[in-house]
Amino acid sequence: MAQDVIPEEAARGSLIYDPKVRGIVFQVMLMALLALGLWWIVGNTIENLNRSNIATGFGFLKGRAGFDIADRLIEYDSDSSYARALLVGILNTLAVAISGIITATIIGFLVGIGRLSRNWLIRKLATVYVEIFRNIPPLLVILFWYQGVLALLPSVRDSLALPFGSYLNNRGFYFPQIIWGDQAWLVLAGLVIGAVLSWYVARRARARQMATGQQFPVFWTSVTLIIGLPVLAFVLTGFPATVEYPQKGTFNLTGGMNVKPEFLSLYLALSFYTASFIAEIVRAGIIGVPKGQTEAYSALGLSSRQGLRLVVIPQAMRIIIPPLTSQYLNLTKNSSLAVAIGYPDLYAIGGTILNQTGQAIEVVVIFMIVYLGISILTSLFMNWFNAKMALKER
Amino acid sequence: MQEHDMSWVRTEMLLAEAAPRSQVGIGAWLRKNLFATPTDSVLTILAVLFLGWSVPQILNWLFFDAIWVGADRTACLTTEQGGQLPEGWSGACWPFVSGRFGQFMFGRYPLEERWRVILTGIIFVALLAPLLIPRVPFKRLNAILFFVVFPFVAFFLLVGGWFGLPYVETPLWGGLMVTLVISYVGIVVSLPLGIVLALGRRSTMPVVKLLSVIFIETVRGVPLVTVLFMASFMLPLFVPPGMSFDKLLRALIGVALFASAYMAEVVRGGLQAIPKGQYEGADSLGLNYWQKMGFIVMPQALKLVIPGIVNTFIGMFKDTTLVLIISMFDLLGVVKQNISGDPTWATPQTAKTGYVFAAAIFWIFCFGMSRYSQYMERRLDTGHKR
Repeated sequence: MAQDVIPEEAARGSLIYDPKVRGIVFQVMLMALLALGLWWIVGNTIENLNRSNIATGFGFLKGRAGFDIADRLIEYDSDSSYARALLVGILNTLAVAISGIITATIIGFLVGIGRLSRNWLIRKLATVYVEIFRNIPPLLVILFWYQGVLALLPSVRDSLALPFGSYLNNRGFYFPQIIWGDQAWLVLAGLVIGAVLSWYVARRARARQMATGQQFPVFWTSVTLIIGLPVLAFVLTGFPATVEYPQKGTFNLTGGMNVKPEFLSLYLALSFYTASFIAEIVRAGIIGVPKGQTEAYSALGLSSRQGLRLVVIPQAMRIIIPPLTSQYLNLTKNSSLAVAIGYPDLYAIGGTILNQTGQAIEVVVIFMIVYLGISILTSLFMNWFNAKMALKER
Repeated sequence: MQEHDMSWVRTEMLLAEAAPRSQVGIGAWLRKNLFATPTDSVLTILAVLFLGWSVPQILNWLFFDAIWVGADRTACLTTEQGGQLPEGWSGACWPFVSGRFGQFMFGRYPLEERWRVILTGIIFVALLAPLLIPRVPFKRLNAILFFVVFPFVAFFLLVGGWFGLPYVETPLWGGLMVTLVISYVGIVVSLPLGIVLALGRRSTMPVVKLLSVIFIETVRGVPLVTVLFMASFMLPLFVPPGMSFDKLLRALIGVALFASAYMAEVVRGGLQAIPKGQYEGADSLGLNYWQKMGFIVMPQALKLVIPGIVNTFIGMFKDTTLVLIISMFDLLGVVKQNISGDPTWATPQTAKTGYVFAAAIFWIFCFGMSRYSQYMERRLDTGHKR
């Protein structure tokens, strides 16, 4: 703005031409206009709500929901409260978002690296993948999977049998469930202890290398610890786990775990769609590391694997992380497309509640809080990760 | 004088030898690009196997096994399902698309009035094409026609009710036409609004800055579905009783506000990339704020962020599909409606066929836009990048 540059004396002529005064006047006018607009909107809203006899406030959350939710991660039935229903929705949103983010990251990195491959065929395949999925609306892909592919799968009676005793039919994907016995917590404990020990070993090894230059095989030690300890616990406690296979009945498959087609369509579509963007981000990140860095690590005598791990990837990550964060947030927000195929995420359940109670403002406020909350938490985590990876200038 | 000179100097160039066989030709290309290392060879073989498995299936489904003519669903049913096709047949059912093509393009717009939509489309293309081709002159006039005059012409033509044109209410609109209307309005509104918001975010006036930040971050933090939901359920609450909004208008407001928040961030990126000296130079010339922004900063900043702007447009074009969630019928909405709500064409293959068709249309638009932005990026690159 101009007031930074123009010296004080220049504005002495008239108060009208003083940038500071003009700024304040403008801001006051803006505030007044905004207040006027808000007053008008609030007045109208109150009048409209009174006319349709809708009580404001969040009291309705305690009311009985009265609708059923097929896909749920926690206990819920139609007698539960609206608040409980919303919680089911939030958890479903998170479930889709987290599984989608993991899959999209894996596919995205593979395809992104594939686009830089020396292999012509792989390069072209990766390019075709990116160009196709990037340019098709995600909602279309969701509907395609749901109505075009998964709905055509055979009925329960003719379920497709897949390896490991799992089945695929038009009611979803059924796979064996592991039922843990009494002492199974020891296995988990083994895993945790293994992870903590590996972290400690890595720390000590690094300190020792810094001090003496001697290296320690951290990777293989960690693998042994993290896999070995749980297995040891598993064997020592006498295999406290049984596998429950889905049983094929006439009308339904019982037992085992079941992933419903709604979840599957949403998860597949969002993962494939977001992966095409992540692939481009990864490619840009790797290209963004100057060639001199590669030459420099070769000159230092690092092998190409060491060079990739110690020189190229840390620098590429700096370029990759900020746009990757926004892709993760996009995926989370796109999970609200679930409503189109009836997967009960936060948005779908909120919509049902709105139709039942008419509490439009409260429901929208809840949407805002939850989605903004998820966005802020993800950004905070990624910012922390970014700061850890960022260039440390001394 | 020496009679015998033993030294010998070649006076003519040797003819170039042909490159060794290992360096040229198909064999060398294959070795270099497909079988350079054992891992490469394994990858190539896997890729070839994958292509050999998938491509024939896709081609068969799209073309060779597809049904091209038919009056209704019986054309695309197997004997088991009540048709004539052999057991286990699977292919596209294209008569569904050709039979419903009018709906896919115009929705339920009255048949005898569809020429108005086509005319609007022709004017749209006639104004857009010269705007996109850099060599065509009169860019300023063209831009004014396209961004200022055309909206009014299109409004009168599409809505009607004036000059003897019958009135066509918006619930009858649908198909690709609605998709294009929403994207066009979104683009025309979001660009100026985004610029204002970006300037607001970089303003030194705390109130202006705070308001801009709140608006941008709130809109960017929630899904478009929520914004559309607000526009369709809360806007009617905000206005005096009795006054009602058109449903399409509500969706337009939602999409435009949403896109302008994203546009603002793109433009802000451009503003930040302009060196401080440019701002100071403008100040020292005695330009006021709007002159400085309009003549010095914005032309440079906008040029820098053209790819970002086009990306936002592409994103918005894809996002117009979400209006089907507030039960409006854009291209995808009409296709979905015809798939799930129309028994004339209810076959197992209808859904796939319809969505593949819609995907192809969206793909052509988005891919075209992204290619054009890459072209402009190369053209406008005046050496800012190192």
